Amino acid sequence: MSDPGRSDRPLRLAVPRGGLFGGTLDVLDAAGVDTSALRAGSRALVFETEGLTLVTMRPSDVPTYVEAGAVDVGITGKDVLLEKSDRVVYELLDLEYGRCRMVLAARVGDDRLGEAQRRLGVMRIATSYPRIAERYFESTGRQIELVEIKGSVELAPLVGLGDGIVDLVATGRTLEENELEVREEIVECTARFVANRVSHKLRAAEIDELTAKLREASRG
Amino acid sequence: MIHRIPPGTRDVLPDEMRELRKLKQALLEVFEARGYGEVATPAIEYDEVMARGEGRVARSSYRFFDESGELLALRSDMTVPIARLVAGRYADSEPPHRLCYLASAYRAVRPQSGQLREFEQAGVELIGAPASEGTVEVIEVLEAALDAAGLDRAVIGLGDADLYRQLLEELGVVGDERDAVLASLAAHDLVGLEEKLSEAGISAERVETCVALTQLRGGKEVLEQARGLGGEAVGRAIARLGETFEELERRGVAERVQIDLGLLRDLGYYSGAILEVYDPAVGYVLGGGGRYDGLMKRFGLDLSAAGFGLYLQRVHTAQMGESRMGEGAS
Repeated sequence: MSDPGRSDRPLRLAVPRGGLFGGTLDVLDAAGVDTSALRAGSRALVFETEGLTLVTMRPSDVPTYVEAGAVDVGITGKDVLLEKSDRVVYELLDLEYGRCRMVLAARVGDDRLGEAQRRLGVMRIATSYPRIAERYFESTGRQIELVEIKGSVELAPLVGLGDGIVDLVATGRTLEENELEVREEIVECTARFVANRVSHKLRAAEIDELTAKLREASRG
Repeated sequence: MIHRIPPGTRDVLPDEMRELRKLKQALLEVFEARGYGEVATPAIEYDEVMARGEGRVARSSYRFFDESGELLALRSDMTVPIARLVAGRYADSEPPHRLCYLASAYRAVRPQSGQLREFEQAGVELIGAPASEGTVEVIEVLEAALDAAGLDRAVIGLGDADLYRQLLEELGVVGDERDAVLASLAAHDLVGLEEKLSEAGISAERVETCVALTQLRGGKEVLEQARGLGGEAVGRAIARLGETFEELERRGVAERVQIDLGLLRDLGYYSGAILEVYDPAVGYVLGGGGRYDGLMKRFGLDLSAAGFGLYLQRVHTAQMGESRMGEGAS
């Protein structure tokens, strides 16, 4: 029997752990999703709620799972979407929480950035966002040497690895504590609601309903 | 000892080959039974020929010089070579021309993404049949092909490639601003779309209706909802879609078809109806097609045209996925 578009499982939503976790749970609560199991501090990764399976993961993995259709929809930061811009996902909604800035920062009172630019024509930039950094400097006509760091990027300029850093800043306290300051703002980032392109077509009613609820919850 | 092959290419061993062969035969039988004769064209074309397809994906990724300095290209799809073939071989015969193919094409891939650099496509081209009638016939063949492949749950998205071009013209969005808006639309980045439209000086209310329009997908009710959202460009698009959909209903083949006003394929040569094929078993598009009325003209033959191509390996994956889903349900 032909049954176009039918799926056998509830809609799956990727929930980012880490910095966006708290804000995401609050918005989901406001949208009427039961998040108590996630708040209980369980180490499980997958949670069944009514009509929705919540899958927790690192924010940077969300585009990967959503693109492949392993989860239908997800929440992650714009910074992640920009960095993983080769992942094909539909960006449906700006959830407006988790606001932070992608910036170029350097040591307070230090002119190594300017000096490198003037005398060497190229700045050495440490970052865990190589694509964002590369695009930004390319679009502003400057050449850089990229040093990709996985851990605390603030460390790099303190020990002389790099003239500056490109990193995500929420309050600016980490920068301050490490005697770094913002030199240029690259882009402002917030949490976004994304969808797999096939799920967006085949589970249109469910996804539209969730989108509407999240829109109301995040603007309310 | 392991000898490397380039990423995005593969060897096929007998077990898989047997299944692929069965799938190919089933598809070819469908095409032939409906009067589509199989053709083959060279894998290497002159770059100048492929370039007439103009569009992001159709542009060949692999180009090289031959011994006399001519620029050659590995074909990136089959529609452009078939347009060339029809213009050359069938210029004097009475249209419509019905041709089908089962062939490899070549595109650049993203590293480690599992994308294929060399992939097989199975499809048809109907050249010289007028708009609604031709589109409906192509959709009918596509449905028969999906049935033959056993993809019971596959869905065909039906959209209109001219909708946003005409809508933006109506709104007075031109040049770079227009391109930026279309890029957001093609990527389906709604947050970006809202920004770009606002930057182009569109009122907040119109921006909202434009974004809402891209989210309309479903049955015939979608056309009514769209009518409430827009002016002349929207009216023309839903008239075209409505005519096609009603004809599909008359022929009893509308069940699998989802009208989708957010559909925008990035192959540059489409005009009017556009198609995409989905299956709940896999997260990516199985194939697509639509009308490309302007393409034949670029080869010096003014004929309307429509067609579709299915990615064979993806259809094969979906077959396995659907059978797994079936097991899960029982």
